[in-house]
Amino acid sequence: MDWFLQQLINGLALGAIYALIALGYTMVYGVLRFINFAHSDVLMLGAYSAYFLAPAVEKVAPLPSVTGAVIVVLLSAIICAGIGMLIEFLAYRPLRSRPKLTVLITAIGVSLFIEYTCQHKAVFGADTKPFPRLLGESDLHLGGLVIGSNDLLVLGVTVLLLAGLWFIVQRTKIGTAMRAVSFNQQAAALMGININRIISFTFGLGSALAAIAGILYAIKAPGIDPLMGVQPGLRAFVAAVLGGIGNLPGAALGGLLLGLLETFAGGTPGLSNYRDGIAFAILILILLFKPAGLLGKATVEKV
Amino acid sequence: MTSMNGAKRWLLAGIILAVVVSQFSGQFNRYYLGILVDIGINIILAVSLNLINGHTGQFSLGHAGFMAVGGYSAAKFTLVVAPMVPESLQPLLFLVALILGGLLAALAGVAVGVPSLRLRGDYLAIVTLGFGEIIRVVVQNMESVGAASGLKGIPKETTLGWTFALAAITIYVVAALVNSTYGRGFIAVNDDEVAAGSMGINPVRYKVTAFVIGAFFAGIAGGLYAHHKQFLSPTGFDFLKSIDIVVMVILGGMGRTVGVIIAAILLTLLPEVLRQFADYRMIIYALLIIGLMIARPQGLFTFGKRKGAAT
Repeated sequence: MDWFLQQLINGLALGAIYALIALGYTMVYGVLRFINFAHSDVLMLGAYSAYFLAPAVEKVAPLPSVTGAVIVVLLSAIICAGIGMLIEFLAYRPLRSRPKLTVLITAIGVSLFIEYTCQHKAVFGADTKPFPRLLGESDLHLGGLVIGSNDLLVLGVTVLLLAGLWFIVQRTKIGTAMRAVSFNQQAAALMGININRIISFTFGLGSALAAIAGILYAIKAPGIDPLMGVQPGLRAFVAAVLGGIGNLPGAALGGLLLGLLETFAGGTPGLSNYRDGIAFAILILILLFKPAGLLGKATVEKV
Repeated sequence: MTSMNGAKRWLLAGIILAVVVSQFSGQFNRYYLGILVDIGINIILAVSLNLINGHTGQFSLGHAGFMAVGGYSAAKFTLVVAPMVPESLQPLLFLVALILGGLLAALAGVAVGVPSLRLRGDYLAIVTLGFGEIIRVVVQNMESVGAASGLKGIPKETTLGWTFALAAITIYVVAALVNSTYGRGFIAVNDDEVAAGSMGINPVRYKVTAFVIGAFFAGIAGGLYAHHKQFLSPTGFDFLKSIDIVVMVILGGMGRTVGVIIAAILLTLLPEVLRQFADYRMIIYALLIIGLMIARPQGLFTFGKRKGAAT
């Protein structure tokens, strides 16, 4: 029983990070209908921003401390939001009216570009760097259970961000515009919505979430390197598809499910080596029965 | 179809040329010889993926997975059986190994093709990507093929003759198939699946056929690769390898056989040319992809109209 609850907690904490990343994928897919492969690299840039910001912030606010951590996270999120908007402006906007496949390949190109540029020794270098401590850590013992403060932090931050995102999308003017663009771009433009601004905003928002997810991931991981985003990015991408891509609650659900699956598979003897494959195997199985994802709506092609 | 006999003659000429050149290959510089074999293998990979991605329009990101299945099974077969067979039968054995690898990869093609019946676009791309990852993870955990440390000591059997003869056969089979009455269905499915279905073409059958044939040749390429490098590791068949092959198809122009062959040659040579800028190689490669997609998304080598296409 303890084992089960322990895995549940670990799985939820991991799944929460996946959910945060998956939201970025799914938001971009919602408005532009393509998979932004570079999203996982924005996550990595988020972690590196925090890495470089931490020493500077330490002069203003002590680290590890809540104030310092919040400043670092906010600044990193702003930087990454800018990077996300820049990527959209430079690489994706010229291709707005092109076939989806063209944009998909471009996204792969952008992703490779960021990864290999950052691995160059004049930029970050390919080696793993230790991530600075932003917050104090302590373990909570409940009977035989160990709940790390980091796990609680990840879950808390994710819930908070999800609520915030839900508020933005459902209750604000710009969120309404996002939904309109996602529903029908041309009609939205006819109603006086500035499409470019909305798409730019979506990229900024998604990239900010990715940056925060990257920092949370880095806090739990032993170190950061330029390829650190690839694996969580791929998982989150699977999570987004699992939940039904383009669907925000679906992305959150998919992320949590995937995190739980991975932890339970990883904690089961004999299966642990296959955890990378299991996520994909489950995905394929689910898509066989629900081709549009768990919460996605099946569309009928009209002639 | 009138040129079919001509095509057969070209095929025969290509195979003979490959075998003849192979006889003189001892005089070539080993480095250039290695690159030539790499080119041949990449032509097989790109042309076979072109059948799936280009002609049939099923975006697949898992071609390296098929290559891995073929490569590992062919190599394992050679390692187990070769010591028991006399020297004179070795070339025959190699052929058996290659075909076995191809058949097993084709079987994997069925496994991917069947889910693809219900999926399209991005969903299919992610399933094929996932499939490639699953193969990598399975191979990484199989002690019998060396697990993560890789499969070593594969005999060197791949020659210029084998590689280019098989490349010629691949090109011929794919081209003849697509240009046949039956094969027009691939292009019909690519152009408009619903319309093709209403004209009595069974899109499901064509999609699975494309996956099976494409996977078969990818498996053959994997076998050639294994007996060329004499070493296989799971990381050699990751997502990036699939992307490499996809880029060849895109650069050459989807569904343009000649363009794809030129692209395969150029993209194999590019890393060699850029070797002195090793630090910048992948950065340049990435910029090339982005620039190409912005400037010429239909591919570099697309001259004239595609045969049989409406536009």
